[in-house]
Amino acid sequence: MGVLELLLETGFWVATVRMATPLLFGTLGELICERAGVLNLGIEGIMAAGCMGGWCWVYLGGSLWGAVGFAAAVGAALGLVHALLTVRLGLSQHVTGLGITMLASALSSFAFRMLLPKATTPPKITPFAAMDIPGLGSIPFLGPVLFGQTPLTLLALAALAVTAWVLYRTPAGLALRMAGENPMAVESQGLSVHAIRTAAVMAGSALMAVGGAFLTLAAFDAYYIGMVNGRGWICIALVVFASWRPGKALLGALLFAAFDAVQMRVQQQAGLAIPYQVYLMMPYVFSIVALVVMSRRAAYPAALLVPFRKGER
Amino acid sequence: MRLEPRQEPSLALTVLAPVLAVGAALALCSLLIWWAGAPPGRALGLLLKGALGSTFALTETLTRATPLIFTGLAAAVAFRARLWNIGAEGQLYAGAVMATWLGTGMLDLPAWLMIPTLFLAGALAGGLLLLGPTLLKTRLAVDEVVTTLLLNFVVVLAVNWLVFGPWKDPMAMGWPQAAPVVDAAVLAPLVAKTRLHWGFVIALACAAGAWALMRFTTWGLEIRAVGLSERASRFAGIPVGRAVLRTALLSGGLAGMAGVSELAGLKGYLTLDLSPGFGYSGIVVAMLAGLHPLGVVAAALFVAVVSIGADSMSRALEISNYIADVATALSLLAVLVSMLAPRWRIRWR
Amino acid sequence: MRQSQTVLRIRGVTKRFGPLVANDDVSLELRRGEMLALLGENGAGKTTLMHILFGHYRADEGEVEVMGRPLPPGSPRAALDAGVGMVHQHFTLAANMTVLENVTVGTRPLFSARLRQGAARRRLADLSARFGLHVDPDARVRDLSVGQRQRVEILKALYRDTRILILDEPTAVLTPQEGEQLFATLRLLVNRGLAVILITHKLREVMAASDRCVVLRHGRVVLRTATHETDADTLARAMVGGEVPRVGRRPGEPGAEVLALDGAVLCDDGGRTLLDGLNLTLRAGEILGIAGVSGNGQAALADMVSGLLRPQAGELRVHGRAVAAPSPAGMLALGVGRVPEDRIGTGLVGDLSVMENLVLEIYRQRPWSRWGLLDFSAMRRGARELIARFDVRCQGPGAPARQLSGGNMQKLILARVLSGNPSVILANQPTWGLDVGAATFVHKALMEASRAGAGVLLISEDLDEIFQVADRIQVMHRGRLSAPVRPDEADAAAIGLAMSGHGDARSEAARAS
Repeated sequence: MGVLELLLETGFWVATVRMATPLLFGTLGELICERAGVLNLGIEGIMAAGCMGGWCWVYLGGSLWGAVGFAAAVGAALGLVHALLTVRLGLSQHVTGLGITMLASALSSFAFRMLLPKATTPPKITPFAAMDIPGLGSIPFLGPVLFGQTPLTLLALAALAVTAWVLYRTPAGLALRMAGENPMAVESQGLSVHAIRTAAVMAGSALMAVGGAFLTLAAFDAYYIGMVNGRGWICIALVVFASWRPGKALLGALLFAAFDAVQMRVQQQAGLAIPYQVYLMMPYVFSIVALVVMSRRAAYPAALLVPFRKGER
Repeated sequence: MRLEPRQEPSLALTVLAPVLAVGAALALCSLLIWWAGAPPGRALGLLLKGALGSTFALTETLTRATPLIFTGLAAAVAFRARLWNIGAEGQLYAGAVMATWLGTGMLDLPAWLMIPTLFLAGALAGGLLLLGPTLLKTRLAVDEVVTTLLLNFVVVLAVNWLVFGPWKDPMAMGWPQAAPVVDAAVLAPLVAKTRLHWGFVIALACAAGAWALMRFTTWGLEIRAVGLSERASRFAGIPVGRAVLRTALLSGGLAGMAGVSELAGLKGYLTLDLSPGFGYSGIVVAMLAGLHPLGVVAAALFVAVVSIGADSMSRALEISNYIADVATALSLLAVLVSMLAPRWRIRWR
Repeated sequence: MRQSQTVLRIRGVTKRFGPLVANDDVSLELRRGEMLALLGENGAGKTTLMHILFGHYRADEGEVEVMGRPLPPGSPRAALDAGVGMVHQHFTLAANMTVLENVTVGTRPLFSARLRQGAARRRLADLSARFGLHVDPDARVRDLSVGQRQRVEILKALYRDTRILILDEPTAVLTPQEGEQLFATLRLLVNRGLAVILITHKLREVMAASDRCVVLRHGRVVLRTATHETDADTLARAMVGGEVPRVGRRPGEPGAEVLALDGAVLCDDGGRTLLDGLNLTLRAGEILGIAGVSGNGQAALADMVSGLLRPQAGELRVHGRAVAAPSPAGMLALGVGRVPEDRIGTGLVGDLSVMENLVLEIYRQRPWSRWGLLDFSAMRRGARELIARFDVRCQGPGAPARQLSGGNMQKLILARVLSGNPSVILANQPTWGLDVGAATFVHKALMEASRAGAGVLLISEDLDEIFQVADRIQVMHRGRLSAPVRPDEADAAAIGLAMSGHGDARSEAARAS
């Protein structure tokens, strides 16, 4: 079967959109942080915390949507820590972000082990089922690809629309973008750069955590340690690839997921002719290539990584 | 609340702040231990006893500190030059792969030649692995944080392929591991009947060497100047590109040596559990040390005490040993905050 | 003069930074429809006072009243809402965003669902027309000239119904003609009832435009007067606290060519021309002053002479020899000493020690290092000597350079540059932001070096400085230089015209002869 036939297959696109969902959440979250001028390397850990938090909520008897809310809250809390350290105190965004990732990953693993000290196989939960919307589901192609997904995929697309709208069509979005370009321009207009950046990092981190929760609540049905497996870092590359634009973030996530879906199919067919590890390397290699290709055109927000201290210029 | 710069950095705070910060981090961990249903006081006692309470415990702690000194130095040297090398984990494995390739029969040398050869070759492998992202940074302005991070996954997958595929040792009863290194390549134990090996001494020598290099040489001055202000360094005629590449080789090399030391001193063969994240812990070690090469030794010992101590404490109290990771991550964040104290004062209003 | 209600009253404001008293019991009043000039040297406390008024700092003592109501301290928002607007010296604009976005940010409730750009655009167009401040609302700020950017800053304030407009050194970046246009606009605003505070140290502007003057020195008000009752000399003496020091110039004896640019062309990454076939000849023993409004290619010229950039066409010659691939180290080896514009960011590494900064250009040579090992005792000895010779006030050779004051940082850079006995010296804005004492020191040092035979290329936006020190003057405009003139045959008006691209810098009389 050729790649062309594959691209015409509905099942392939269903898989692509499913795999794109956590990447879209993560990329949008990181994009919001960076647009406000804060690099959030905590993403990998925040996704892990969302992943574990969401699973945990359901495992302890909560509802699926409650789990999504809990994951978002955990993400926002971790985002608050990152913001306190990098925005309020102006600490290195690189090192703080890595510290948040280590802390969030370690806490998730610790909590998981404390909840299930004896378990050898991770216990399963009942995840989100694919939607079954009368009418919409039977539209050819779009029906299964869009509406045959779990509701979290639609939530990701809604988050995309809301993010784009807020960034470009509201006063808050204008202030957020300007905080990432020149904080003094915002502060001199009577707005608090610290408040704007803190809010942006919290909102972005909440989205990242929901992206992590997608893994346990929709993609799989159990949690295991190391589940995020570098997806957060890939999202950071995708933000550069998307030139910090929400629309292009969707494009990037889809492209990436399609690439992933193709390699999985090829792997199934080609069998062991090529070691499977080579396929697993592909997403990471592709991220690096995307970064290199985009580097010439990368228009970083002008104030990214630059802390803002009041009364200092 | 706002921060105001101090006129004179406070010397007392420079020393005291990190200690207080680590104390605060451990206090936060006690809360977790208490939540998990164990008495924090006893837990701390068990932790210290498990890490320092006997000769055996002490040698285990020093054994654990060995790779952390190497990776801590790797991060400290790179961060000094504002080269954000987050790829020590991959570089560690690159060093180990190189040592396996040369040390499992390819070379036939006496030990006094074999061991330096393996360390140099491992360092070269680690250094070259970092050279790629560094060139992308200096030539194309590609952010090295993400590229080095992503390369970790690529390298670990490559090792995965090696130990499951071509290098799989048929004598290992199906375990995914490469053949053991030849006897001449094995680092002798430092204390009989313990796992502590000569790698620890080499690590200490590297720390002293890195300190002397940074402090007393023109190369060190270049690295420091470039890290503090690239623009001013370029203006003053310092060869910035060359200094950064040199830093990359040094940093990647130190991380590669961690891999050789673990392979030749502890495990004896290449596996996927050669490093439980030493590359990442190295970042914590470097930051706790304030990026000072001699401080790295102390910080590595601290992290080793926490992790070895937590292992034995967790067994006794049935607490997950991930508490060690929580403690080190919290220490990192707390020490980061504390580093503000000597230079800034907080005004509450 | 129309006397009307007081719109701003500052009473007994004191602000301390550690042991330093930036404002000491400062009081002033501002009335509707008047322009008040706030004068003082750098470090006199003008900017601190305005930061307090604008809520960036809190005063330790004293209070601020706007329109008869006390202004809550520490809140920029409250100051804006009370009708206080500020045009900073360094514009607070986001370069990658549009004029409209820059003007409207923060003017609507943050959590409203709509941006209402249509209404904003109409209001902006109306203001532009009413005050003659024309600028395209959809242009990106990075594409605007400096003068246009300043217009955006003023529009930002007017858009918020500002009653009190504060301008911090507004003409520092403008040509004299643009400056006149600015003052025409300000007159118009004042006539419509605005109150304006003009922070400046240019006495000519104060005398021409303001209604009243307040002079600050060491944080205290030392003179308070109506402008028509005083003169420039009195104001200058009040600012400096005594007679203004003068540096005597001597007639130059130009020697051989030491530095030359022949048709140098340079474009930036975006394809904009920075240097447009620039010709320049610097001779031994002279000081060549390059005047001009910033952003006309001075930075490119300085970077080229510093060895950071190479011309894309044309030739750079040092001592008559073409430099094919200039580099900072290469230019240093050719005897070019460089004093950069940005002292803290480019000239020094703030977290390295004074002595390390002193050897930053020569650390690879003996006796500073041997076999790659630094010789700290030689460095310390050398540093002590230079610290004494250049009167650098610091705690010692080991102190971090960042602890030094601006003037001492510049002395440190001069010490580094001059200790190498350069035959060519580039000095880019060497006295920017320095007080009179430090500026005089810099001028004396440059003149001494030129007397000893070095060629000095002095790039400055400060016309007074150029007239005071230079042997020849050329004006830079859009990447080209006007024909050189001697200071005694040039007049300020002609130089001003050349700065805006009209005519050359020679006076009518000189051209006729």
